[in-house]
Amino acid sequence: MECEFERSRERLDDDTFVSELVKKYGKDRSMLIPMLQEVMLRYHYLPRDILETLSEKIEVPIAEIINVATFYHQFRLEPVGRYIVSICFGTACYLLGSAIVYEAMRDAMGLKGDKHTTDDLAITIEPARCFGCCSLAPVAMVTSADGKERYVHGKLTPSEGRKLVRKYRAQALKEM
Amino acid sequence: MSLKIDEKTRKIIYGPKGFRIRIPIASCSLAAGVNSVRDAVVNAIESLGVEAEIYRVGCMGQCFIDPWIEIAKEGLPPAIYGNVDPNNASKIKEIIQNYVNGDLSEAMAVRFKVDGVKSPQELTELDPWKYQVRFVSRNCGLIDPESIEDYIATGGYSGLKRALEMKREEVIEEIKRSKLRGRGGAGFPTWLKWNLCYQQKSDVKYVICNGDEGDPGAFMNRLLSESDPHRVVEGLIIAGYAVGATNGVIFVRAEKPLMAERLAKAVQQAREKGFLGKNILGTDFNFDIVTYRSAGAFVCGEETALIAAIEGRSRSRQRPPYPAVKGLWGKPTILNNVETLAHVATIFQFGVEEFLKYGTERTGGTKMFCVTGSVKRTGVYEVPIGTTIRRLIYDLAGGAKEGKNIKAVQAGGPSGGCIPVELFDVQLDFETLQQYGAIMGSGGLVVIDDSMCMVDVAHFFTGFTLAESCGKCLPCRVGVKLLNQILGKIKEGEGKIEDLETLQEIGESIMKTSLCALGGTAPNPVISTLKYFKHEYLEHIERKHCPAKVCQKLVTYVINPGICNGCGTCLRSCPAGAIEGKPRDAHKIIAEKCLRCGQCMIVCPAGAVGKV
Repeated sequence: MECEFERSRERLDDDTFVSELVKKYGKDRSMLIPMLQEVMLRYHYLPRDILETLSEKIEVPIAEIINVATFYHQFRLEPVGRYIVSICFGTACYLLGSAIVYEAMRDAMGLKGDKHTTDDLAITIEPARCFGCCSLAPVAMVTSADGKERYVHGKLTPSEGRKLVRKYRAQALKEM
Repeated sequence: MSLKIDEKTRKIIYGPKGFRIRIPIASCSLAAGVNSVRDAVVNAIESLGVEAEIYRVGCMGQCFIDPWIEIAKEGLPPAIYGNVDPNNASKIKEIIQNYVNGDLSEAMAVRFKVDGVKSPQELTELDPWKYQVRFVSRNCGLIDPESIEDYIATGGYSGLKRALEMKREEVIEEIKRSKLRGRGGAGFPTWLKWNLCYQQKSDVKYVICNGDEGDPGAFMNRLLSESDPHRVVEGLIIAGYAVGATNGVIFVRAEKPLMAERLAKAVQQAREKGFLGKNILGTDFNFDIVTYRSAGAFVCGEETALIAAIEGRSRSRQRPPYPAVKGLWGKPTILNNVETLAHVATIFQFGVEEFLKYGTERTGGTKMFCVTGSVKRTGVYEVPIGTTIRRLIYDLAGGAKEGKNIKAVQAGGPSGGCIPVELFDVQLDFETLQQYGAIMGSGGLVVIDDSMCMVDVAHFFTGFTLAESCGKCLPCRVGVKLLNQILGKIKEGEGKIEDLETLQEIGESIMKTSLCALGGTAPNPVISTLKYFKHEYLEHIERKHCPAKVCQKLVTYVINPGICNGCGTCLRSCPAGAIEGKPRDAHKIIAEKCLRCGQCMIVCPAGAVGKV
């Protein structure tokens, strides 16, 4: 698949990337979060091998890095889809039915159990914390994996949710 | 309402061209499609050939009218148009044309009237504005958040000038006199924190702006930072001066990107103007600010966890020592919430007396509250501390949605409590709310109607804190899990009457023994619902019935034959084979076979499946 190819092309200079990161932030334990944020920016998740290289270079045990990476919501350890659909599970959204919208979206994409990303890496659907758009509850935020595009959709119903994910998946497949 | 229309404000309203169209660019209005509205306005002024200037503003906090625009042409009253249809460009053009011709009949309100022009009522006469006191939110929706000049024109940074002419002790004394208390949750007197830090001897001290707004249902900090970021920056510089700090940090969560962008931009502009850096305004005060993007964890709202996050770690720690003594990198540090700092700047701009006109004996001033959930007019309302819940929910937010009855309000986020409708005459202030088992928190009020189940609400919040507990101390890590499990059992109809006592007992021990405020307040939703809504728990336990029809295992699913078109989607997805029916005929659920998984309701494209 094309995205796999791109990933392998990027892989060529993985080491250079980590070296530059360490050069920029120094061997500084306290700069771990900004460094991980940069890894996220580039790969859209935290690839295990990158973390291992980083661990060696900044001399922080991998367990420590995983500790921080799993503590904060922003970091993920699995690859994500071209578009990430985050359904708000904040109080207002939950009470106005975001759980059922979420289930409807997952159903439309055939996601079951622990699976949050479609096999074609087009769409990731996941629950999220409050975006502060409570007045439009229930809300979904759609971001492109590179974080450059950001859309918020409000006052969703289950059937609108279905349409929404279908639309983004079609768009993702066109772009991939 | 204290929005005075003086000459300076007039200039800002009409702009240099004498014709300004305000368009709110903030997270909430963007979600409501304001970008399309802006495109339509741009096209309309071009094709109409009018000399209008498009002016970006933040959000007024009146989310129920999103997206809105305000048209202001010299000689005409500035008119606000609510709920503009983003997909109807020709209508937008028509509105602008009518306005220019002096026909304001479609406007929702005007900022002020102009003699001889027929116009709708003034903004301050509208119900959602009448009881508000816009002290700290005065500029929200009025000025361009990305322009330091416009902020200065409304009196911005005059507070900093005044503070720098005073001695540090005097600045702290001024805040003491104002009775300002932290707006982020606990309501700790701001001056006390500052004074403790001021007294520490250290070459380096830090002041941190806590913008890690994580309470679901609260977004006043986002709104303030997106609409008037300089007010927050100015407050932080004053705080820095008062305690003798050298460095400031603005901590914002990554989930609120626009907020982070605008604050970072404001810091940069303040530096260019000499409000940050060396020898600020010709004094010997040196101070600079960095912005830090949090990776997102609810516990980071707690001060020791927030400091840990900046240091690249996680988890809170035992206090004392308090951060004011030993904080970031072991140096004396104060942390103040976004709204608190904005209040500091406003107090120094307009004086303590102006601030003390409002509030209660122990707490001065106003507070921004976010009202969401089951109300007609969701939004952010700034009211004097001590305003009743009733005024906020019924008079300002318009009461229950059509056909619904309000039964409670959840105040203070996941660590707050539920207050039943019978107690709505209770005042919103720190002491009173605590007395009723809720907290002020950051000021989020989620209104709950009779279609929502209180056991489910308690289960939801314990689920939230369970996921967000940092896991360091046992009471919070294990205790909250137990609460959540027991509530889950009750929701499934397997609860026993003894469970209620167990919930109470575990809840109380968590509150007494947790390390930080997250655990210390986590059982609030359980304890308060047990107190005021025990009948709902009993209904679940004794009658295996959920009165609000929310708890899945306790409801019966039915297909409405009038809506069902017999497509067979539910029949194919039912894991128990409990649905029967011929293609294109209305289907039926066989109650005995049904597992109550709710799958049919989720998959039905026609929305024909309901609950009884």
